[in-house]
Amino acid sequence: MAQNMMTGAEMVLKALVDQGVDTIFGYPGGAVLPIYDALYQQDDIKHVLVRQEGGAAHAAEGYARSTGKVGVLLVTSGPGATNAVTGLTDALMDSIPLVCITGQVPTHLIGNDAFQEADTVGITRPCTKHNWLVKDIKDLARVLHEAFYVARSGRPGPVVVDLPKDIQLTTGLYTPPANVQHKSYRPQVKGDLNKIREAVELIAAAEKPVFYTGGGVINSGPQASQLLRELVRITGFPITSTLMGLGAYPASDKQWLGMLGMHGTFEANHAMHDCDLMICVGARFDDRITGRVNAFSPNSKKIHIDIDPSSINKNVRVDLPIIGDCGHVLEDMIKVWKSKQYRPNRTALEAWWKQIDEWRARDCLRYRPSSDIIKPQYAIQRLHALTKSHDTYITTEVGQHQMWAAQFIGFEEPNRWMTSGGLGTMGYGLPAAIGVQMAHPDALVIDVAGEASIMMNIQELATAIQYRLPVKVFILNNQYMGMVRQWQELLHGNRYSESYMHALPDFVKLAEAFGAVGLRCDKPDALDDTINEMIAIRRPVIVDCMVDQKENCFPMVPSGAAHNEMILGPEDEAHRDISVEGMALV
Amino acid sequence: MEPIRSHTIAVLVDNEAGVLARVIGLFSGRGYNIDSLTVAKVEDSRNLSRITVVTSGTEMVIEQIKAQLDRLVPVHKVQDLTIDGPSLERELALIKVVSTGEKRVEALRLADAFRARVLDSSTQSFVFEITGNTSKIDAFIDLMRGLGLAELSRTGVVAIQRGTGAL
Repeated sequence: MAQNMMTGAEMVLKALVDQGVDTIFGYPGGAVLPIYDALYQQDDIKHVLVRQEGGAAHAAEGYARSTGKVGVLLVTSGPGATNAVTGLTDALMDSIPLVCITGQVPTHLIGNDAFQEADTVGITRPCTKHNWLVKDIKDLARVLHEAFYVARSGRPGPVVVDLPKDIQLTTGLYTPPANVQHKSYRPQVKGDLNKIREAVELIAAAEKPVFYTGGGVINSGPQASQLLRELVRITGFPITSTLMGLGAYPASDKQWLGMLGMHGTFEANHAMHDCDLMICVGARFDDRITGRVNAFSPNSKKIHIDIDPSSINKNVRVDLPIIGDCGHVLEDMIKVWKSKQYRPNRTALEAWWKQIDEWRARDCLRYRPSSDIIKPQYAIQRLHALTKSHDTYITTEVGQHQMWAAQFIGFEEPNRWMTSGGLGTMGYGLPAAIGVQMAHPDALVIDVAGEASIMMNIQELATAIQYRLPVKVFILNNQYMGMVRQWQELLHGNRYSESYMHALPDFVKLAEAFGAVGLRCDKPDALDDTINEMIAIRRPVIVDCMVDQKENCFPMVPSGAAHNEMILGPEDEAHRDISVEGMALV
Repeated sequence: MEPIRSHTIAVLVDNEAGVLARVIGLFSGRGYNIDSLTVAKVEDSRNLSRITVVTSGTEMVIEQIKAQLDRLVPVHKVQDLTIDGPSLERELALIKVVSTGEKRVEALRLADAFRARVLDSSTQSFVFEITGNTSKIDAFIDLMRGLGLAELSRTGVVAIQRGTGAL
């Protein structure tokens, strides 16, 4: 009993240890000083001091996504909490499990507009899966354990525990995590077997099927990726994936069609449009995937496997929803397939693959190579070629470079690709890379960046230096907010309103000022040497890769268009009029 | 276009701080309608409150609303009384009518016909209490408009399923 009596601050750390946490990301401040004091007096948990709380949230995301564990951040009240909001929203959109502990002004000052007070639970209510304000030390241990349960169960997501300073200083009884059923939150994990049987029957009868998979497969754990691979192999069906799902299925496999959606491949989007059976596994029919909804895959039956019932029929009506964890459902599907000794329709599939091969022959990712200017696609291709034999993790910022990375880096395993999908948060990549490198100290962690995005959280380079994290920042520098400029070209008559990056820093000197290594490359024939040098340096490196300023990201489903109305390249671009409705879309 | 229908949804939630804000925030954040909303503690032992919300939307939107409500952590149960029916709906209104002479007599006569009770009266006013479904209350209020309707307070709809089924 006596040994379980402790202060609220000590309780926080004890609960973290009991939840298997060894690393947290944070920034101290007045309202969390008791927790930082407790942190100072223990050795179980390593704290990574970021340079801004937004960095802590993205670092925790990177940590979570590359390990499958819950990411933890600790920030102070007021500005500490509000700075973390973007990262929390990012984690909510991409279903990343985070526990964010925020300090709060003492309970008797709540509501008084005290120094560094903000209504943290009010502000974070819409950007978390759940949040708690703990006003009684008796609730603290239970709430902390519940926070981890909610963050990791069902569709994972971020949670906030707001902890007033007086509660951190109050002594109370700590209770370890207990295996009791949550009173109200109990997500369904196993899929309905009758529906699974029905789904397998549809799969066996399909003539033009396609697997469309997403981040749910990654979130379900590495086993789910293995099961997906098995099901795809035994059916012989083509498979495509969302941005979030890359790596669940190996990109080198012949059944892989590449990513789908706005900047997905021609073959993936056409297969989606023309299929007669769509098997959606852990994806959510996002607008970046569907294009114009009323023209989305008009003639297919749709099976949708998702752990979140609210994802079903949200954007697209499906024929057969299966609520459950992807891994469990895939396992049951394979069992049913084997026990009923189903066989795919080989003749129909042969014709379907012949059609797909015709689409593939369009070679939609081709670009005009150049010997005197670095094409961004070429830079990513070389980066992939020279890093794939390493233990590599890739993070990105947001924009053209992100799409090129998704198109040209072939991921073979899950949890290797960390990118801000749903929220599209510029500034995500560097802190995320720091989180990844903390979890995988010996791995090669590369943030594929743009020169605009990297400026949004460049301060985190100091974090990398402090903890000797050899993260690499590979900047495709075209001196524009490339994706903004691309849309201005496409939709706004080439009026490049505020998208040119004036007054860029010298990234080489910037790296050096932080204590990192800066490399610059502006010639295609020097690219390989630069990348190899970057890999060889066991310190943080910024590579300033000067690329073609004018290059755009293709193929593209313009907003308001259907999957089979893709723009393949600049020649194609001129002949397309975007509808007024399309112009209003984001 | 799919037709838009009104649905009455009962939600059993933990009676804790912020739970109503969560539900309301869900509706405003996702652009759903709230036509009526009532909330009160219903179970002391388990510390549960019941929210009754009347909303409207296409079938797909209503399905979304229910799924979104159900995934809120403090939500125990969600029941669509419009689909799971038959169900009973009641609303209570307090209605102040200020008038004299013929209008005052007529107001009292109509109140009697609608089984509204007089809770308070002065020489120039009545406060009526009326219970019923929304359309009955609407009808009574419409009649009172011409007879000196001065102030109106309504509870919003509470509803429950008929028969043995229980949430």
